[in-house]
Amino acid sequence: MAVKDRIPVPELEPSERKKNFTEVSLGYTFELAHQEAQRCLQCKVPTCVSGCPVGIDIPGFIREIVRGNLKKSYEILKSYNYLPAICGRVCPQEIQCEGACVLNKIGKPINIGALERFVADFANQEGFDDELGKVRDFKSILDILKNTPTKVSALKSKKVAVVGSGPAGLTVASELGKLGIKVHVYEALHEFGGVLVYGIPEFRLPKEIVKREVIQLETLGVELFKNIPVGYAIHPKELLERYDAVFVGVGAGTPKFMGIPGSELNGVYSANEFLTRVNLMKAYKFPEYDTPIKAGKRVVVVGGGNTAMDAARSALRLGAQVTVVYRRTETEMPARRAEIHHAKEEGIKFLFLTNPVKYIGDESGKLIGVECIKMELGEPDDSGRRKPVPVPNSNFVIEADIAIEAIGTESNRFLLSQFPDLKTNKYGYIITNEFGQTSIPKVFAGGDIVTGSATVILAMGAGKKAAEGIVKFLTE
Amino acid sequence: MNEIQRNIIISKSRLAKGTYEFWINNELIAGNAKPGQFVIIRTSEKGERIPITIADSYGSAFRIVVKAVGKSTIELCMKNEKEQLFDVVGPLGKPSEINYYGKVIVIGGGVGIAAILPIAKALKNAGNVVVVILGAKTSSELILKNEFAFADKVVVCTDDGSEGIKGTVVDGMLKEFEIEKPNMIWSVGPAVMMKATSKIASEYNVPILVSLNAIMVDGTGMCGGCRVLLRKEEEGSVKEEIKYVCVDGPEFDGRYVDWDSFIRRLQQYREEEKEVLEKFLEKVGDISWL
Repeated sequence: MAVKDRIPVPELEPSERKKNFTEVSLGYTFELAHQEAQRCLQCKVPTCVSGCPVGIDIPGFIREIVRGNLKKSYEILKSYNYLPAICGRVCPQEIQCEGACVLNKIGKPINIGALERFVADFANQEGFDDELGKVRDFKSILDILKNTPTKVSALKSKKVAVVGSGPAGLTVASELGKLGIKVHVYEALHEFGGVLVYGIPEFRLPKEIVKREVIQLETLGVELFKNIPVGYAIHPKELLERYDAVFVGVGAGTPKFMGIPGSELNGVYSANEFLTRVNLMKAYKFPEYDTPIKAGKRVVVVGGGNTAMDAARSALRLGAQVTVVYRRTETEMPARRAEIHHAKEEGIKFLFLTNPVKYIGDESGKLIGVECIKMELGEPDDSGRRKPVPVPNSNFVIEADIAIEAIGTESNRFLLSQFPDLKTNKYGYIITNEFGQTSIPKVFAGGDIVTGSATVILAMGAGKKAAEGIVKFLTE
Repeated sequence: MNEIQRNIIISKSRLAKGTYEFWINNELIAGNAKPGQFVIIRTSEKGERIPITIADSYGSAFRIVVKAVGKSTIELCMKNEKEQLFDVVGPLGKPSEINYYGKVIVIGGGVGIAAILPIAKALKNAGNVVVVILGAKTSSELILKNEFAFADKVVVCTDDGSEGIKGTVVDGMLKEFEIEKPNMIWSVGPAVMMKATSKIASEYNVPILVSLNAIMVDGTGMCGGCRVLLRKEEEGSVKEEIKYVCVDGPEFDGRYVDWDSFIRRLQQYREEEKEVLEKFLEKVGDISWL
């Protein structure tokens, strides 16, 4: 059977979208999703499933799209993935499920991400969640509780605190909330969602979708408290006294700087600050919103990950000319291919094998240029990627009034500094077992604060594992 | 949500022209706040996150003192008793290191006077000899003087000489140094004042803790916008270090702060601040009564 071409997902035109923050991908219609779903070979041994960090029954949910049974399809998705509308949009599918799809051998893989998003959006439109009531728990948790009604009823008297409302925390809260456990979620910022609200821009993940997930938690009876910096407003000791278990999902949100001369100049941002101003504080709507941002005329973004792409594309939408500098080549860029492609389509320039060495300011302390050096690839380093080494005497200056560093983040010590008993590794990330249990038996952790900066789906997967761990802990 | 009783202004009073004291109901902040810590407040759904030092706490309420200078602080000063603030988060930042030092000079300028009040009190309780130096443009703008009665000595400096020494807190500080060099100094106020007092402390080689009022967004170490450059000379070589005011501070030894870049960073958004202020004033009209 000849394999049909992958059905493209409708998108806003680059010329139109680069002027606003509207979501770029418009998503499949039912007809398009149905056509794409029909391309799936329904492999007996599905390689895509092994490529998924949470092992979603991918052929199963696609099969139900072909059959036109979207409710069933959604149920399948939701029994593995708590956040399908979000993961369908932001997962790096090309190195996960789609990367493992057998169709890669003869053509383009199934667009699993777009199908996942389609089903999740359709479910929201049709109100499947309300209809199905409390969509069932992950199967693994039901297995733990199987046939033991005493365990199930015992859980109803338990109280669990969830610290941080990012993807890991939301997943834990939902899973435990569905079992009737009293769950309190604490968030330090004034909005729930963690990186989903401060990090990922509207044009990739509309904030409405995150709000939806939060509202669903509330209907489960989960109580959410914003503006509570746990560690300072509530001491960890107090949490341990008041709750039967505690989940820590505070992320790895502290931005790193290269530390090159001139980092203190006006006009030098971390990607976290730039994106937080844009996303959380809505600085792109300044002066309607009070928080300002300097978009500048010429922006240099440093880095090659998704955060770098998000910062670059946000700056572009604020009216700047944007150049991304990356010290390796395009092949080594950790960003999703789709985002690099989108960025290029929108007119963002890339300078590969280039690394900043110095920021240049004027007399008033404002950035006017970024001095860079050319790099070449040497021997492979610890990550297996060839290590970039500077080419002597290849320095040059890029004129820029704004520079944004997106070179990674590290462990957020805000809570951990108040929680010395919690064992961490040499990088400052919390040490856990496979169920997220830490050195303190009633404390569980998951997401970036355990793994270091990773993806939404991995954080969600960790939340799921931790929810299992907490249920086991509370019923043993 | 779940904050129905929280963040209500339970009392408001005018301390000087454009300067107000608020007591705000929030048992988590009041119960946990230590001297030197701050809160972040948003006045509306579209508002900025503005950091303000906690000036005291009592029961389930904490106190702040705010001077109306920009859109957000004017909007805050226009709030009345029984109103609920949109967002309040805290306590944030590392508390002041209250120890026994011996003789301590505690300097406050402008609304910085409110910030040093709990610090000076705690230092006194720790057994220190506390000399307080308060600075204001003029006598009518000098706030909270009577609350420093516990101190071993209170020196007032006004620019116009309407009360106490005619001059700035630096003049008061130098006079105190003539009597006896202190073991430790705290200095909280406008950046230029903290810079000037730090320079003196440097000359006399006395540690001086300043509370940096950097521009912040989240206040929990997630954005780095509040970063400050510290420069220390160690064994002949200069060591530069970037610190985050929100989580590593807000207090730093002023002798090592790179004041020029700090002051420049404070002015980063001056044009934008002017723009929102003008827009706001068009809406609310004359605020000279504030």
